[in-house]
Amino acid sequence: MTTARAMERKTSFFTTNAVFIGRSIRLSLRNTEALLMAIILPVMLMLLFTYVFGGAIDATGDYVVYVVPGIILLCAGFGSSSTAVSVAEDMTNGIIDRFRTMPIQSVSVITGHIVASLARNLVATAIVIGAGHLVGYRSSASAGEWLAAIGVIALFILAFTWLFAAIGLSSGNPSAASGYGFALLFLPYLSSAFVPTSTMPSWLRGVADHQPITPVIETIRGLLNGTPIHDNGWLSLAWCLGLLAVAFIWCLLVFKRKAGRR
Amino acid sequence: MNRNAIEIRGLRKSYGQQTVLGGIDLTVQEGTIYALLGPNGAGKTTLIHILTTLTDADAGTAKVAGYDVATERNGVKRSISLTGQFAAVDEMLTSRENLTMIGRLSGLTATETRARTAELLEIFDLTAAADKRVKTYSGGMRRRLDLAISLVTECPVLFLDEPTTGLDTTSRRALWDIIMQLKSRGITVFLTTQYLEEADQLADMISVISGGKVVATGTAEQLKSRVGGEVIELLDEHDNVVMSIPTSGSLHDVRQTLNGLGEKAAPGTRVTIRKPSMDDVFVTLTTTSTAASAIQTTNEEAAI
Repeated sequence: MTTARAMERKTSFFTTNAVFIGRSIRLSLRNTEALLMAIILPVMLMLLFTYVFGGAIDATGDYVVYVVPGIILLCAGFGSSSTAVSVAEDMTNGIIDRFRTMPIQSVSVITGHIVASLARNLVATAIVIGAGHLVGYRSSASAGEWLAAIGVIALFILAFTWLFAAIGLSSGNPSAASGYGFALLFLPYLSSAFVPTSTMPSWLRGVADHQPITPVIETIRGLLNGTPIHDNGWLSLAWCLGLLAVAFIWCLLVFKRKAGRR
Repeated sequence: MNRNAIEIRGLRKSYGQQTVLGGIDLTVQEGTIYALLGPNGAGKTTLIHILTTLTDADAGTAKVAGYDVATERNGVKRSISLTGQFAAVDEMLTSRENLTMIGRLSGLTATETRARTAELLEIFDLTAAADKRVKTYSGGMRRRLDLAISLVTECPVLFLDEPTTGLDTTSRRALWDIIMQLKSRGITVFLTTQYLEEADQLADMISVISGGKVVATGTAEQLKSRVGGEVIELLDEHDNVVMSIPTSGSLHDVRQTLNGLGEKAAPGTRVTIRKPSMDDVFVTLTTTSTAASAIQTTNEEAAI
């Protein structure tokens, strides 16, 4: 009797991740609604804050310069949030069991979503900056400052994407994931994204100054617009790296629990 | 000498107060089709999950392809393939992309993956739909793709959890053919099913599981013979079965049974004598002791 032999091959760490990243990017491109939203939202917000609210907030017409960094983060936060839904979908339909019974690092399925989200949101950031340009935004930044700003934005996207991935892993189903994730999307409104925190009542100012979005926005503003950064550079790095570490460990723990024994 | 593909000893699993597996012992020979037959909630899926490393057992041991499922997970994972109860396919991808993804993850090169994908699409009659998103597929097509994905690399042990649930007759028969072909290539197939006919048609050995315990093991013939030699069925004028009585099959027993019925039978009642079906086996083995003894009583009453 002939016996079928197991393919005694090892899949490299690189191949595993490349396959999952490719899959997630493909899924992103095929999710037409989310993709359209990712393109239309930055443009709409840009127009809304420049032409509708802009005149009331700052009559000089320079509001667009102030608001671009805020809209970048608002869109990045929004764009990352779909990671929660994608991760929850993968964990609830049967495909995760298939990956888990294969001799691979199945947690790479999450990494795939993270990298796809980073790529997606950097494109969205480019769209915000492009749309800003069309409505009169000009930056005084040097190439180095641009790179640093993009670095901070990328770090912010990574931290929030991991956080949304952890939310997706922890919630029982995709719609719950979407609901929990929604709460995080309010953070930019309670920050210096749209108005300086000095204009807020003191109790709210306390909240706005001590959450991750404000220092990140002030850092980007400093790099792109030349406003003083003060401690915000270090603060934003600390916030982002801290969130990243917490979200990463949270993800691994929940994945292990959900993927280990049921 | 055949080796054992699966060896299970004293396997137990509980969720809180509820015992799902109450001490399972099973041995599956290499290159055979083994069916685990049982009603919903009997513990079939839990057992499959333990054997495929998805769940840990509370007690007992299980070896798959010679590897211990608790301590040698990677060895197990390299030797098995699972087609779960819910199609584990990516709906937003096409079937070609699904197969390619798993091929690459299984360590095949790009060229090997391309060749294997084309081959499987052909075998599973999916070539025409290969580049359509799985979302648009029928249940049968999804199932076929699911099974195709499990076979991207030919693992020695294949687990199928209710492979034909929800399929129409044609798709079911097509899947049965494929499963038989796998066996002829030396693959061990361990499947669960609620369909008696499926176990009867496919399996070399069947274990009937009920309430987390194996209540009987044997070939389809052996299990049927446990129920009795021949079953006498009484049919009314519309061909509905009004009574079904197991007998030993001896002339004496059959005559006694029929004599005993004599006056009770309504005019127009007809009689057939048949071999016991897997249904009889199932009912006898999985119903509670009261129900089982009721069948026994009918038998004895009739015999008097």
